[in-house]
Amino acid sequence: MSLVNLHQVHKYYGDHHVLKGIDLDIKAGEVVSIIGKSGSGKSTLLRCINGLEQYQQGGITVDGKEVTTDDIQMRRLALSVGMIFQNFNLFPHMTVGENVMLAPTIVLKKSKAEAEATARAMLEKVGLAEKFDSFPEKLSGGQQQRVAIARALAMSPKVLLCDEITSALDPELVGEVLKVLEQLAKEGITLVLVTHEMNFARDVGSRVVFMHQGKVWEQGDSKTLLSNPQTDELKQFIGAVL
Amino acid sequence: MIEFSNYDILRNLLFATQWTILLSLAAFIGGTTVALTLTALRLTRNPTIQRIVKVYVELFQGTPLLMQMFLCFFGLSMLGYEISAWGAAILSLTFFTSAFLVEIWRGCIDTLPKGQWEASRCLGLSFLQTLRFIILPQAIRVATAPTVGFSVQVIKGTALASVIGFVELTKVGTMLNNATFEPFKIFTLVALIYFVLCYPLSLYSKHLEKKFNVSR
Ligand SMILES: Nc1ncnc2c1ncn2[C@@H]1O[C@H](COP(=O)(O)OP(=O)(O)O)[C@@H](O)[C@H]1O
Ligand SMILES: [Mg+2]
Repeated sequence: MSLVNLHQVHKYYGDHHVLKGIDLDIKAGEVVSIIGKSGSGKSTLLRCINGLEQYQQGGITVDGKEVTTDDIQMRRLALSVGMIFQNFNLFPHMTVGENVMLAPTIVLKKSKAEAEATARAMLEKVGLAEKFDSFPEKLSGGQQQRVAIARALAMSPKVLLCDEITSALDPELVGEVLKVLEQLAKEGITLVLVTHEMNFARDVGSRVVFMHQGKVWEQGDSKTLLSNPQTDELKQFIGAVL
Repeated sequence: MIEFSNYDILRNLLFATQWTILLSLAAFIGGTTVALTLTALRLTRNPTIQRIVKVYVELFQGTPLLMQMFLCFFGLSMLGYEISAWGAAILSLTFFTSAFLVEIWRGCIDTLPKGQWEASRCLGLSFLQTLRFIILPQAIRVATAPTVGFSVQVIKGTALASVIGFVELTKVGTMLNNATFEPFKIFTLVALIYFVLCYPLSLYSKHLEKKFNVSR
């Protein structure tokens, strides 16, 4: 059964037609990498799935429920969809622990003790248990991104959306974040990630979706697609990245 | 004619200073309350509400405080609402203060990255929860220095209340001058008292600004 489903989704920014009829079906446990040139609509696609952007035509469902940008709907959606951003977007006025505990406490109404136990477990999972009381600004970019992952995981999402989450990192810090993602993939969490890390897409991902000019241009099993692209555009893209 | 010793002059001025301080505090509290409400309304991103707030801000920033005071005092009386000089002064200073604070605070809130709103929304926090737990705590840190700085303008603005007959520092200064004909001495003292009230606030505001810049 599909966890995330997009049916003929069209998205405009004013007159600018950004998503041109996207069909996509993602099943639980899949690790889907979305690749494509800058401006092809990858971020917009993720932002439509989690309700940050409104779409004008078509339909999106997550776990069988329709996605809208309505505030209440959005909050329900947040229970199934986690999001990691390129710029971490940690809350700088809170410690690492508070960052992770916030949503479980005020959205899920967990007790403080329970939320703290979850937070510690999630930070342990991303290898940052000892940073519970630190402030985000004291951490490296890679550590901040891992905190952001722990923060999303604390809401036990059914699917985790990642938008170029290693792009803002120094090259030597990319590995630690990818390792966490790989671990999550092994545990069976559903991942949808916009990425430029082709090796990761091929080795860890189950499927690659190539976007071009607002459309799903080509998609398929990650190893097959990347070693044997069908369209000229994907061939060109792979040639340019590798 | 009554003789005023230097001691009498100073005593009267200092007594009047209490009213200046009280009026400043009332205006500042009133202005802050109204500005908070308007800031929250503006953040709802409802275009009609935003337009109303914008008109309010432009109206009170774009006209002299003195005219606002006249309108509150004489205008309201003509419309049949009895209002004291004290009431009119507080009312107009509240409008004035809130109009500027809304604008100052908007700038502070706008400096927060959009990602803070988005991350909070993606975690399932409601609009009000996002304001309360994410936006306000950060905005307050940024806003404290300019807000304290602006309070100096409020204190100086209270001097205008003397024109509608409210007896505060400037008014008592004028009255003493009429009685003693020693404008230089009296208005130097008056100015000095304003300075003593305002300067520490300016210093404090600069200090806060520096502290904030370092902690970033
Ligand atoms: N908020 C916005 N307003 C207007 N246009 C936008 C906005 N966000 C993105 N776009 C445009 O939509 C297109 C797709 O952008 P995006 O989804 O960010 O692409 P990608 O993530 O693949 O680089 C681009 O042409 C971009 O300029
Ligand atoms: Mg993007």
